[in-house]
Amino acid sequence: MLTEQPSENIGGSMAAAFLALLRRDLLLAFRRRTELLFPVAFLLVVVSLFPLGIGPNPALLARIAPGVIWIAALLATVIALDGLFRSDFDDGTLEQFILSGHPLTLLVLAKIVAHWLVAGLPLVLLSPLLAIWMNLPMESLGVMVLTLMLGTPILSLIGSIGVGLTVGLKRGGQLLSLLVFPLYVPILIVATAAVMAASDGLPYGAFLGLLTAGLVISVTLAPFAAAAALKISLS
Amino acid sequence: MNPDTRKMKTDRPRKNPLVMFIHKLGSPPWFYGFTGKFVPWLWAVFTVLTVWGLYLGLIKAPPDYLQGEIYRIMYIHVPAAWMSMMIYVLMAGMGFIALIWRIRTMEIMAMNSAPIGAAFTLIALATGSLWGRPTWGTYWVWDARLTSELVLLFLYLGVIGLFKAMDEPRKAARAASLLALVGLVNLPIIHFSVKWWNTLHQGSSISLTGSKIDPSMLWPLLIMAVAMKFYYAANLITRSRVTLLQQDLRKSWTRDVIEDATPERIL
Amino acid sequence: MLFVSEISFERYFEPVFQPVSFALEAGGLLLVTGANGCGKTTLIRVLAGFLHPTSGNYTCQAPSTAYVGHQLAIKDDLSVIENLRFMRNFLGIRQRSCKAVMQRLGLDRVAGQLARTLSAGQRKRCALGRLLLTDSKLWLLDEPYANLDPEGVGLVDDIVINHLAAGGACVLATLGNHRPGWASSQEYPLISGAGEC
Repeated sequence: MLTEQPSENIGGSMAAAFLALLRRDLLLAFRRRTELLFPVAFLLVVVSLFPLGIGPNPALLARIAPGVIWIAALLATVIALDGLFRSDFDDGTLEQFILSGHPLTLLVLAKIVAHWLVAGLPLVLLSPLLAIWMNLPMESLGVMVLTLMLGTPILSLIGSIGVGLTVGLKRGGQLLSLLVFPLYVPILIVATAAVMAASDGLPYGAFLGLLTAGLVISVTLAPFAAAAALKISLS
Repeated sequence: MNPDTRKMKTDRPRKNPLVMFIHKLGSPPWFYGFTGKFVPWLWAVFTVLTVWGLYLGLIKAPPDYLQGEIYRIMYIHVPAAWMSMMIYVLMAGMGFIALIWRIRTMEIMAMNSAPIGAAFTLIALATGSLWGRPTWGTYWVWDARLTSELVLLFLYLGVIGLFKAMDEPRKAARAASLLALVGLVNLPIIHFSVKWWNTLHQGSSISLTGSKIDPSMLWPLLIMAVAMKFYYAANLITRSRVTLLQQDLRKSWTRDVIEDATPERIL
Repeated sequence: MLFVSEISFERYFEPVFQPVSFALEAGGLLLVTGANGCGKTTLIRVLAGFLHPTSGNYTCQAPSTAYVGHQLAIKDDLSVIENLRFMRNFLGIRQRSCKAVMQRLGLDRVAGQLARTLSAGQRKRCALGRLLLTDSKLWLLDEPYANLDPEGVGLVDDIVINHLAAGGACVLATLGNHRPGWASSQEYPLISGAGEC
């Protein structure tokens, strides 16, 4: 059949487009590397405000540490996400994506992956320092990092839907938090429960399993919704 | 056929009777005429049921042996909480139809559902917290049900906020419908995670409704629940008819409607 | 290649332009003309598939479409050659030479410069490079002459005519009087929804 040969070709060119986009986004992020520090600095500042606000009692800090670090990471992610599609939307690159014939879902996924690598991963890598600041017990520090490792990609994936919907708005960033925070509730609950269970010496494997399931589901579904959202925003 | 051929058609298939009905609903003049016939009846049924339900609930039903008279707030609180969930599901469902078939009346109905649903959510939260004062001794407890309602309110506010923030109404309705759909997929997950979070942190959960309900207390509740469904239908259709007129202000069918509705002496 | 019948598009419940119908065969050039606010850009965006027509339908038999609009899709933080290379790799046509394209566009002297340092005309040329890197049979060009010097205008004509001669088709929206010299071209004066222009 005639279509047999090209379809293989299309698969190859799709992978090429995915990689080209991933490379381009990483290069663009590198060219603006100072801006990558903003979410990280935000996370540091917000977490450091808590001991100042509620007092340096180590037991109290340890008690609230999982919640504080997770909420701060959530806020930092949303702040960073605001720029996920912004420049591609403003300069017309998204229009070219749609016309390219590659599935927009795949391209959205490439952008999310690139974005998480430069904006989400630094938060994960920074979290041990925050855990020490917040006096989190050493045994749950590893679990904290693990939950962030599994959880921040979910935040980026679900957040991308909200970003896709608000990208054309002047004050989209402010609306974005209202749109996505309710959707983040289950992740926050499960992730902090895992860290607290680890602090109390209880089994936490099930929570990590839930987070992994959440990650799998959101990788499968969120890019479709984000692509649909972008198409609406472009119209 | 060439698989690469790109076709863009606004003609839709008209085979399935249900799809046919939906498409008929999609025609603004037909929708306006069709709903105009029965929307007064919806309002009438709502009024009768509400008066009946409130009479049975507030006057006829006996006071609760534990909570006294205060339990009567249930006749508002529980139906409002049910409505808040049901309307979200319906809104997302209509939003789905609007997104797939691009039917304007469905967009309008989905978007007009949002403020009604948010109002019911707000009522459920307010009455719940008023009910909580005498039973729990405080206006707010992070009870699983109240917390779920609160998150639901945020979901509604997100849909309304997005709809209002976008400039072009049809585009805004499509975007907000998509958000409602995403929220619908998440709603069960949110609901169960909040429930589970509550048991995790509190150990014992306080239940609002008593375990035994006397039929004389149950009937008014069911009547109120049905009355509020009629309220939703009546309010939604009335709102949607107005929105249609506003949107189609310069179309000929609207002019006919307005001329028909205007008394001779004003013309 | 492109068959359009009675397409209309409404924004804020007002038609943007009067219903549009035309047929464009391979080798055909359609010039969409009309004053500001007639809906030229909107029509092009409908044809590109970004906007969904309110009524009417169209069939496009080209496997893919190339579009150069007002937003040039050029990244300020990439150099000219990087921008072109991304376009090429992204479209999956690796055998084309970006160097040759730059020479053709007269951009070889600024190849290594970041796109932010380019003038408006140079940016436009860079965006037109997309047309030289694509296999698309149908081109949708929205004001391709904007910001270009006379030499640039000649370049656009050249590129378009080569494309048409090779069996492509092109819809070109333009405000001015300049036309590419091509025999089988038709003009479509667009009328705004309010009936003006």
